[in-house]
Amino acid sequence: MTSRFTFTSLILGSLAALTMTSAAMAAPLKVDANKSTVTAVFKQLNVPVEAKFKKFVVQIDFDSTKPDHAKASVEIDIPSFDLGDPEYNAEVLKKEWFNGSQFPKATFVAGTIKPSAGAPAGSKYDVTGKLTIKGKTTDVQFPLLVKKEGNVQIFDGTLPIKRLSFNIGEGEWKDTSMVADEVVIKFHVVTTP
Amino acid sequence: MKRYTLPAIFLHWIIALLIISAFIIGLTMVDIPGLTPTKLKYFSWHKWLGVTVLGFACLRLLWRLSHPAPAYPAYMPRWQQSAAHGLHGLLYLLIFAIPISGYFYTLSAGVPVVYLGLFPMPVFMAPNPELKPLLKLVHYWLNMTLLAAFCLHVLAALKHQFIDRDGVFKRILP
Repeated sequence: MTSRFTFTSLILGSLAALTMTSAAMAAPLKVDANKSTVTAVFKQLNVPVEAKFKKFVVQIDFDSTKPDHAKASVEIDIPSFDLGDPEYNAEVLKKEWFNGSQFPKATFVAGTIKPSAGAPAGSKYDVTGKLTIKGKTTDVQFPLLVKKEGNVQIFDGTLPIKRLSFNIGEGEWKDTSMVADEVVIKFHVVTTP
Repeated sequence: MKRYTLPAIFLHWIIALLIISAFIIGLTMVDIPGLTPTKLKYFSWHKWLGVTVLGFACLRLLWRLSHPAPAYPAYMPRWQQSAAHGLHGLLYLLIFAIPISGYFYTLSAGVPVVYLGLFPMPVFMAPNPELKPLLKLVHYWLNMTLLAAFCLHVLAALKHQFIDRDGVFKRILP
């Protein structure tokens, strides 16, 4: 009897501790890794090619009633970049592209998230933040679309960047007639119910 | 001896030229290791050539259907005439099948064709990593078939010109 009582209280105690911990963390949303995507669309000789970052971690703490308190960050695993061909995947990790061994992570940290003027409440936000790729940080801003489907929240963002401002594609690859300077990063984040 | 019509002669030689260029660029580009601007350029040129071949092939088929080829000399053995028809049929099939297989191969790789870097061509299928190796194989073997058919075609033409001296080859000369 005694041991069972101890066991039950242990579980209750741990549950209470867990609840308190998550309350202290202001309940960040859980992200469904299988449904979320981060991709980059670039143009080579005017041909749009979309490639996926297979591994990334999104931390998002968002309550549409209090967007001022929202926090969001994305950490992208550079070696997980997939162009659909193992040879090319290895090439773009080289020094003149991502320099994946020295800079294995790209990060985005949101600064402000403000409701977009004119958009229906809770549907669109203007996000600013800092994007770091290949060791270079720049200020970026982009519109964030938010949808609710049942208990699931969906965040969609499109962020155009200039690859040369991050030194992606050095040497002969600086030629923007081969690979355009503008690259569009797209993310689609789906939370778990 | 009756010759081919001028448009047929033009289409024959322009397609031959385009195919030979695409074939050489194709073999060269896949041998370039890694990723270089030249390699990307060659891939694009190869695709543009392929699309051009397909366009001319369509015109050529339409022309051929409305303008029969001049008859072979009556003394040419029946089996040779059948062999020639068979080989020409195969070549016609390949000038469609090869660009189409290449087109779907690049679509399966997620790289659509933008003709001359200006005109986006239709995307009939989503990137498909499962189909990609199969389409690559199909594209490769269709080309090897074309290479064999091309050699027979040239050898037969040379035989008519220099051994038989029957004027069959002259029907297609500009």
